[in-house]
Amino acid sequence: MTATVKYADVTVGAELPPVSYPATRLSLVKYCGASGDFNFIHWNERIARSVGLPNVIAHGMFTMAQAGRYVTDWAGDAGVLVEFGVRFSAPVVVPDDDTGATIEVSGTIEEKLDDNRVAVALTARSRDAKVLTRARAVVRLP
Amino acid sequence: MAVNTDYIGRTYPASEPYEVSRVKIAEFATAIGDGNPLYRERAAAQAAGYPDVIAPPTFPIVITMAASSAAIGDPGLGINYAMVVHGEQSFTYSRPLHAGDVVTAQSTISNIRAVGSLTMVTTETRIQTVDGEHVCTGYGTLVERGAE
Repeated sequence: MTATVKYADVTVGAELPPVSYPATRLSLVKYCGASGDFNFIHWNERIARSVGLPNVIAHGMFTMAQAGRYVTDWAGDAGVLVEFGVRFSAPVVVPDDDTGATIEVSGTIEEKLDDNRVAVALTARSRDAKVLTRARAVVRLP
Repeated sequence: MAVNTDYIGRTYPASEPYEVSRVKIAEFATAIGDGNPLYRERAAAQAAGYPDVIAPPTFPIVITMAASSAAIGDPGLGINYAMVVHGEQSFTYSRPLHAGDVVTAQSTISNIRAVGSLTMVTTETRIQTVDGEHVCTGYGTLVERGAE
């Protein structure tokens, strides 16, 4: 592996810079196709509203994927994850316009573990809501 | 609670073998907006020490979802799928999936619990190669709203 971040250079408590990722209706349609999850609430506003949602919402796994991308981009290698877990605490609401929604991900070095493993605590927000809680990735660094 | 807790511990048959392809990995990476070359360029992946392009960390959901739906969709379990949302998801990895892997997925219902009007069903889905090498395990919790 070729991770650019080295275990020795990681400091517990260090904050990683936040990154914003877009989620548009087109993103969700693509994600439906790629994942095989065609639940109506991810592309059909009429049905989303009929089940009490404010609008179409992103797949939880789409949001988790953005958090994963945040970690792999930081580490410099997409194959370094040992553990990755999230709780979906609020939906990412995606309006039918050219901008869609924004998912802002940030992270903090939570713990340095044995075997060159590092735990990163993640947060993800959209509008004013925390869309992921208990989000944590453990990576193995060189 | 409407959901049958006798199903805790029940393991379902492993899925048919699933072949991880470069095309599917690239499609998934594009769908999540991730331009990482390790997902698209074999040479870049090999230079990083992998046999072929690797899959993003959440790609295994494509494989686990099909297997865990065998559990979640078991009529005897009693889940009303229309009322279900995804509550939690996690993975543990032995290594990343890569193009050319041929894997099976096998799900076990690891927990069922009621919290107020919610019923939470957790499945554990193990992905291994057809040669028996563990690649990753997905833990998904689905929440059924307002059962009863």
